[in-house]
Amino acid sequence: MHIKTETAERHTLAVIVDNEPGILARIAGLFTARGYNIESLTVSEITHDKAVSRITIVTSASPPVMEQIMAQLDRLVPVHRVTDLTVAGEHVERELALVKVAGVGDKRIEAMRLAEVYRGRVVDATTSSFVFEVTGGRDKIDKFVELMGEVGLVEVARTGIVAISRGRDAA
Amino acid sequence: MTEKSGADILVEALCDLGVEVVFGYPGGAVLPIYDALFRQSKERGGRIRHILVRHEQAATHAAEGYARSTGKPGVVLVTSGPGATNAVTGITDALLDSIPMVVITGQVPTGLIGTDAFQEADTVGITRHCTKHNYLVKDPAKLGAVIHEAFHIATSGRPGPVVIDIPKDVQVATAKYAKPGPIQHKTYRPQVKADRAAVEAVVDMLAAAERPVLYTGGGIINSGPAASQLLRELVRLTGAPVTSTLMGLGAYPATGPHWLGMLGMHGTYEANMAMNQADLVVAIGSRFDDRVTGRLDAFSPNSRKVHIDIDRSSVNKNVRVDLAVIADAGHALEDMVHIWKARQHPRPDLTEWNHRIDGWRAVRCLDFPEGNGTEIMPQRAVRALYEATKARQPIITTEVGQHQMWAAQHFGFEAPNKWLTSGGLGTMGYGLPAAIGAQLGNPNALVIDIAGEASIQMNIQELATASQYRLPVKIFILNNEYMGMVRQWQELTYSSRYAESYSESLPDFVKLAEAYGWKGIRIETLDQLDGGIADMLAHDGPVLVDCMVSKLTNCFPMIPSGAAHTDMILQANEVSGEMDDEAKALV
Repeated sequence: MHIKTETAERHTLAVIVDNEPGILARIAGLFTARGYNIESLTVSEITHDKAVSRITIVTSASPPVMEQIMAQLDRLVPVHRVTDLTVAGEHVERELALVKVAGVGDKRIEAMRLAEVYRGRVVDATTSSFVFEVTGGRDKIDKFVELMGEVGLVEVARTGIVAISRGRDAA
Repeated sequence: MTEKSGADILVEALCDLGVEVVFGYPGGAVLPIYDALFRQSKERGGRIRHILVRHEQAATHAAEGYARSTGKPGVVLVTSGPGATNAVTGITDALLDSIPMVVITGQVPTGLIGTDAFQEADTVGITRHCTKHNYLVKDPAKLGAVIHEAFHIATSGRPGPVVIDIPKDVQVATAKYAKPGPIQHKTYRPQVKADRAAVEAVVDMLAAAERPVLYTGGGIINSGPAASQLLRELVRLTGAPVTSTLMGLGAYPATGPHWLGMLGMHGTYEANMAMNQADLVVAIGSRFDDRVTGRLDAFSPNSRKVHIDIDRSSVNKNVRVDLAVIADAGHALEDMVHIWKARQHPRPDLTEWNHRIDGWRAVRCLDFPEGNGTEIMPQRAVRALYEATKARQPIITTEVGQHQMWAAQHFGFEAPNKWLTSGGLGTMGYGLPAAIGAQLGNPNALVIDIAGEASIQMNIQELATASQYRLPVKIFILNNEYMGMVRQWQELTYSSRYAESYSESLPDFVKLAEAYGWKGIRIETLDQLDGGIADMLAHDGPVLVDCMVSKLTNCFPMIPSGAAHTDMILQANEVSGEMDDEAKALV
């Protein structure tokens, strides 16, 4: 006998929550408890009084499971609203990465040149290293990190996706 | 306004919320609360009565029994660490069966949280996914509001358990408390009124259906007694046959003309065949559980399906439906009845459908072979108990296993809130504490725990609780010396290799009962059955009946796990010996 799996599609969710203790554990735990995927999860307060947070979750699921994920998130007591940005319409996704590269000579020059192509900013430099800041979609950052692998990549820190709908209305 | 200690705020808030009974067990981290309870206890003119259980799990099941039989929330008070972890099973049980319950747990002082202090456990972490919501209260000024909010969440929408974890220093520190007004929660606003157009569509479908079935569940019980009356009214108007989940028994009377019996794994032939052949299934407060649906791709294949439920996440979880109505079952039923009447729909002609159903009824699937004349068939015992007690409309609780299914099949329930059983979680040890809770909420009712000899031992210590509070609870053990349902599955799936399912070294239950101050009765042969039951009913205190029944009888009908409704096993001689791996992997 073999374990069955379903085909899944990638979705980006915006979850607006009351910023109470344990809320992140509640959301992340719901995903593990019910066997849903999390590709990335970002969270930060979004109001002056720090009362409300926005959580961006990238998940992959089949359409019926996606419907369940939405409903399960929505019934958590501290959740204000859940939006599936992938379904709701066009939206913008961005991720920020800090990429540390070490090297001298040609590799150092090549790293700098590639960073310019990718509109990376130098946020730290020594005579033998750089830290680049790059933002963009997931694919762009994947590609940049891959390229840096050839010119002295030391380590990477990525924020995970944040996303917002296009146009004038809130999601 | 003078300040009060957190413990006094808690007790005052409970009084403001109308709490009359608290099930609990003291310990270091709740001593301030116990002192506050002591000072205002019922014995001293207060309104709250504390019931001392013998194990915290029993406190939660007793609270469930109290809640399920009265419609009021059950309240539990336990200490930190082991007090809280012992309560987890009952909390999870209440979550699965949608029982309103508020559990107050003591916690180590805030300064010690996270230090692995004595009797420290991460209660909010442990209970996060077995509660509807939970709180750790670090500020006594917020305690009163949290308690009121917790009751609001536990009792509204789809009911469930809520845990409030209160560190000991918060119980001692002082703050102001005032009873809050009606709660308008920022984010939690369950939808109770149905969308009018959706209900109109359901009525259209019911009026047009040729082969309708109403598939009802615990949501109707949770909505309150009025919902059961409205269901009966709807059935009278539409003539639609009714089946129910385990949790919904009693919403429609078992003696009613349109009653099909329970559906699902141990449901009746007529209920499952009607579901299979229906052209319209209207699910009301039920959730298409795997025990109900059997094999999903063969579940009611030719019907349009309507799902009326207060919890949107129940819709399309297991079975895709054609129309969802998000509402409290009672509100939706009221709207349906109202619209049906306003339109002056005639009662649909279901003659042909009823004729087919009568054909399935004629199979008489609940009939069972009588024993050898002296041995007692367990089904016979349940029926004898039903005949002897039905005039008193008893409250029946059960443990989990064969006896539970026989009780569901052979005991008729005429009214809601009379049937208390662990459906979703399937918790052995539920029945005795639940009976204790039900008896406290219904002092004049006849409360009987139909038990198995294995399950009853899981919370047997609660015999003492019933003795202490002089609760005339009855326990009726169907003793076959096996964990019968485990043995039945081993017969079906593992060629009768009975791994650990024999109840070895059983106590003498009669002596055990007497040791706790109960009356004990043993029934061993068929000729003793009616007399033994009469003796049980004649005694005005708690009675344990150890009824020896046929040892190897199995519970039928049965749909094997993963089989279709049409693949019911009706009798023991249809049982096969070994199943393939796919079947073995199913629950």
